[in-house]
Amino acid sequence: MTSTAEPELGRSRKRKEDARLVTGATRWTDNMALPGMMHLAVLRSPVAHARITSVDTSEARRMSGVRAVVTGTDIAADQGSLPCAWPITEDMRSPQAPPMAVDTVNFAGEAVAMVAARSAAEARDALDAIDVDYDDLPVVLDVESAAQPGSPLVHTELGTNRSATWTFDSAEAGTGGDVDRALADAEVRVERTFRQQRLIPAFMEPRSVLVDPTSEQITVYSATQVPHILRTMLAMSLGVDEHKIRVIAPDVGGGFGGKLQVTPEEVLTFLMARRLGCPVKWTETRSETMVSAHHGRDQVQRLALAARRDGTVTGLNVELLADMGAYLRLVTPGIPILGGLMFNSIYKFDSYRFTCTNVFTTKTPTDAYRGAGRPEATFAIERMMDELAAELDMDPLEVRRRNWIDRAEFPYTTVAGLTYDSGDYEAATGRAEELFGYRQLREEQARRRQRADTVQLGIGVSTFTEMCGLAPSRVLGSLSYGAGGWEHAQIRVLPTGKVELVTGVSPHGQGHVTAWSQLVADRIGVPFDDVEVLHGDTQISPRGMDTYGSRSLSVGGMAAVSATDRVIEKARRIAAHMLECSEDDLEFSAGRFGVRGTDRGTGISDVALAAFTAHDLPEGVEPNLDAEATFDPENFSFPHGTHLCAVEVDTDTGEVRIRSYVCVDDVGTVVNPLIVEGQVHGGLAQGIAQALFEEAVHDEDGTLTTATLADYLVPTAADLPEFTTDRTETRATSNQLGVKGVGEAGTIASTPAVVNAVVDAVRHFGVDDVRMPCSPQRVWRAIRGVRASSETAPEAGGGLGSMETGGFAGSEGDLR
Amino acid sequence: MIPAPFDYIAPSTVAEAVSALEEAGEDAKVLAGGQSLLPVLRMRMADPGVVVDLGGVTALRGVREEGGSLVIGSMTTHHDVMRDPLVHHHAKLLAQTARTVADPQVRHRGTFGGALVHADPAGDLAAPTLALDAEMVLAGPSGARVVRASEFFVDYFTTALDPAEVLVEVRFPMFTGWSAHYEKFNRVAQAWSVVGVAAAVRVEAGAIAEARVGLTNMGSTPVRALAVEQALLGRPATPEAIRHAARHATEGTSPVSDAGADIDYREHLAQVLTGRAVTAAAGV
Amino acid sequence: MPRITVHVDGTTYTDDVSARTLLVQYLREHLGRTGTVVGCDTSNCGACTVHLDGQSVKSCSVLAAQADGHEITTIEGLSGDGGQHPMQQAFHDNHALQCGFCTPGMIMQAVDLLSDTPEPDDQQIREGLEGNLCRCTGYQNIVRAVRDASRRMRAGAEAEHTGETPAPRSAEERTAQPTGGQS
Repeated sequence: MTSTAEPELGRSRKRKEDARLVTGATRWTDNMALPGMMHLAVLRSPVAHARITSVDTSEARRMSGVRAVVTGTDIAADQGSLPCAWPITEDMRSPQAPPMAVDTVNFAGEAVAMVAARSAAEARDALDAIDVDYDDLPVVLDVESAAQPGSPLVHTELGTNRSATWTFDSAEAGTGGDVDRALADAEVRVERTFRQQRLIPAFMEPRSVLVDPTSEQITVYSATQVPHILRTMLAMSLGVDEHKIRVIAPDVGGGFGGKLQVTPEEVLTFLMARRLGCPVKWTETRSETMVSAHHGRDQVQRLALAARRDGTVTGLNVELLADMGAYLRLVTPGIPILGGLMFNSIYKFDSYRFTCTNVFTTKTPTDAYRGAGRPEATFAIERMMDELAAELDMDPLEVRRRNWIDRAEFPYTTVAGLTYDSGDYEAATGRAEELFGYRQLREEQARRRQRADTVQLGIGVSTFTEMCGLAPSRVLGSLSYGAGGWEHAQIRVLPTGKVELVTGVSPHGQGHVTAWSQLVADRIGVPFDDVEVLHGDTQISPRGMDTYGSRSLSVGGMAAVSATDRVIEKARRIAAHMLECSEDDLEFSAGRFGVRGTDRGTGISDVALAAFTAHDLPEGVEPNLDAEATFDPENFSFPHGTHLCAVEVDTDTGEVRIRSYVCVDDVGTVVNPLIVEGQVHGGLAQGIAQALFEEAVHDEDGTLTTATLADYLVPTAADLPEFTTDRTETRATSNQLGVKGVGEAGTIASTPAVVNAVVDAVRHFGVDDVRMPCSPQRVWRAIRGVRASSETAPEAGGGLGSMETGGFAGSEGDLR
Repeated sequence: MIPAPFDYIAPSTVAEAVSALEEAGEDAKVLAGGQSLLPVLRMRMADPGVVVDLGGVTALRGVREEGGSLVIGSMTTHHDVMRDPLVHHHAKLLAQTARTVADPQVRHRGTFGGALVHADPAGDLAAPTLALDAEMVLAGPSGARVVRASEFFVDYFTTALDPAEVLVEVRFPMFTGWSAHYEKFNRVAQAWSVVGVAAAVRVEAGAIAEARVGLTNMGSTPVRALAVEQALLGRPATPEAIRHAARHATEGTSPVSDAGADIDYREHLAQVLTGRAVTAAAGV
Repeated sequence: MPRITVHVDGTTYTDDVSARTLLVQYLREHLGRTGTVVGCDTSNCGACTVHLDGQSVKSCSVLAAQADGHEITTIEGLSGDGGQHPMQQAFHDNHALQCGFCTPGMIMQAVDLLSDTPEPDDQQIREGLEGNLCRCTGYQNIVRAVRDASRRMRAGAEAEHTGETPAPRSAEERTAQPTGGQS
């Protein structure tokens, strides 16, 4: 046995975060209570589109414990407009977005009044005593008709429901040919329209905000992914001095993009706390989450693909209608654009055009949800590749092989103008085929078809890539994004040799504390347990762009690495002085500076102590080893992978069961395999849920009918299969670590794999699409060839879900 | 998440419960296991002034054999019903069904009687209760009365129970030696049944000697599939014969279209699932 | 206002509570036991799962008044001695949590599952956890953790003969126990 420590990079460290979480010693925002704290409850519009004709709060004001009842009119002058940081075009139409409706409500769930009371119960009781009169306006629900001239308008002052149209054309950009010509000359054309249903992020911790105005800085605790962005945006939109606001994201229970937001309730709680001069806490119920936290996806995708008979794709035209909902939230308009450069995926298409029209409807606003634009793009192109394979009677993997970028061709600039730095689609696909038993399953499929089995087997393929590591600030600028994409880190080496790493990313389940400890321990050569990772408080972590878009490791991790380099640089000078040698004579390894060719040396903690005592430092050297660094990537990173799914479809009932799921992902260098695997599992679950279970459904009045977890079908353990995961590894060249990002991969890749498998299972009945979610009823109808097939009323309920009748899933048992 | 205020009464006998209900009138709700009532209260979809908790009425809990009947106390939990040896022996169908109700935590609290009185057409326990021709024993201000299951389920969330009455127990004829299966079709594990089929059969010399079939969520109340039962009588216990009989599953049903399924799909499911339930019950 | 006496994680509390107070609110707001959390309002998520007289229940669907005279164990009292229960260790060792919000309820339900079914197969584990939602993990590592804990707890049960650790209760003992308090 040698004393050499196992390298930290690539090691499956168990998480530091867990000890508190498994014992319940947690700091969720709702766990906190401050002296004199008031509880805030928000009254929400039950109607989707109406003029508010009167709000009577007189009875509520008189109720026990009620300190204040506030309406939109009361705060109209103070509340500002919620920020949208991504004006995708110069002429984008953006309505005022008041945190609380003043005279018009534009979606069911919009805040119309709020109550601050001594207890949460009293605040809730008072909501029932507020009387609001609404004068109905026409609802605007369907994105396609909303985009037509003559549609009733969501925001009359804009004169249209179209917010903006964003285009990319390879012929104009000089990155490829003319799509129209490719389509005109095509030997084979495939045209399809896909519906990306509306999803609800459904993070497990409901949102909560606690604002404490009783110190020099107003402190905002919020269950947010983006404490830094929140602080800046609160300051900008409310006109409060930024240095007078401190934002803390304590333990945050999941986000998936759903907490990448500056929410109405954050602003409202802030305003109420300032008004009352005491701490105020708002915690939502799940039913509030469902209607008021932003939704995701919701696009109509019209695609036309041109190909030659040999399977070579020559052009792709994409036309999107993206449903914004009623307002443009933080990055709402940019979400579909994030997919705009990804429809060509891993393929070498000659020509490409993307046109996206963003459209307002009277529904909950949409915004980022895991993958944000890229799952939509990946779904569409992977479905199209399977459809092309079917059209040509070719194996779907073979069609992909004929089009993908060969491993020898990297770096490769795509028809969308992105430069993919590295990848090896052959390796990932080969490994996936092997693990899956692709041949054997194809044979079984053939046998079942021949026997006309009730249960048919389908095999679905998804070879995906994504652009992540958001993002190079210059690129974000060129896409009109309102901020940069850099990340910041600071390292403090304490006198005893322990290390504090301050990071600008804001983890909420990703395990950054563990992974960043590994990074720092590895670079500085201190034990893993000697590193403390600090984050999520603007007073502790002054600069950061927070966590989303699989950016934390490839951008934030790199900032930490750069900071360690500076620490070592500073320490080297002091060590050389201590050892009375030249800096060039020192070699640094495993936390120790050694003098080359001797056994003399000193450890980093001795150097830290020497710096602290400062008794004998070289001229001009400050008495610490602390350093900070900001990293701004040159390019996105491009993880990829091959996902293969086998489903069994019960042709009698339409029920789909996932028989096996294999994915081989290439996310570049891996810091902690345990965490990476966990990210893949969770991503797969969410992507599969889109394919089979989840859909946010509105009735004809614009009421969300899937407004509880009884009606919105988040899968349980019993509904999901065991996944087989593996990895191949090609280093990213865009960062020193070689990492690519893994947070969204599973979600992006899995949805088309599952739907392709479902369609494959029943294609011999003449089925060429099943709308998501592929519910048993939809699959059954598709098989039956019932014309209404996938276009029947959206369905999602497993529960009766009917508020009038009192039906609730998962609960039976009261007398009367 | 916070119920509206109410008064809480915790009687320890059925008589006390009945008089509390009588006094409170229409403003009272009975709390059994609370697994439907509490969500309803939390969401403020109901706003009773008085909640009468039967949790302390110990006489309502437990399973026993009495006078040739299997008697299940209304406050017996789903968990206890599915584990009870008497239930397994004499009414296997109930045990089979109880284990499909909701999830383990809910089954620990939710009660057999509570589920029946809630009378949700998607609730699973009503169909087997109807199919097994149970008698419901009700206690009210003017004493006890017995109502047959076929008259107990009146409409959506409506039973024959009067406002001041309490369901005391449910009596089942003995189905000793019958085999049974409950076929539940739902979208995710937690969800209510889109359609459910409860089937119990007695197979004799390879043929179906007797059969009981009840349907969940094929109307505003549970439905007994009498036509299927008839068609099965004396038929060989083979998948083909059973499938043939199962075609009658839609007779007497009145399903609706809702978020879970349209009428035609429900009808189709009823037939397919009836075939599967009976086949599984018959063990073929 | 009902007066209740409950035993929570080894401590006895007597309080006047309003009738509408849910057990989970009582635990969090009156007793400061914030380890147990609320994730939904329809009883679907299971995040609030605690043990009532040794059986798992969703504490959002029990009134505090109904807990009168009963024993409640929460995630904070699960290990008893301030260390970690084998299930808590197994969740850590198998990376069975990410954000950790569902974890207390998931662990409490998993412990209940093993006391009912000490050696569950994967399907039994998945079905035993069907009343608990997790959005982060895809459940795979949770299933692993429960499998792992099952092994450890059985090993622990054997070790009990040497007088070291308490054995998990067998299914028989378990069903023979009075299940007082459930309605």
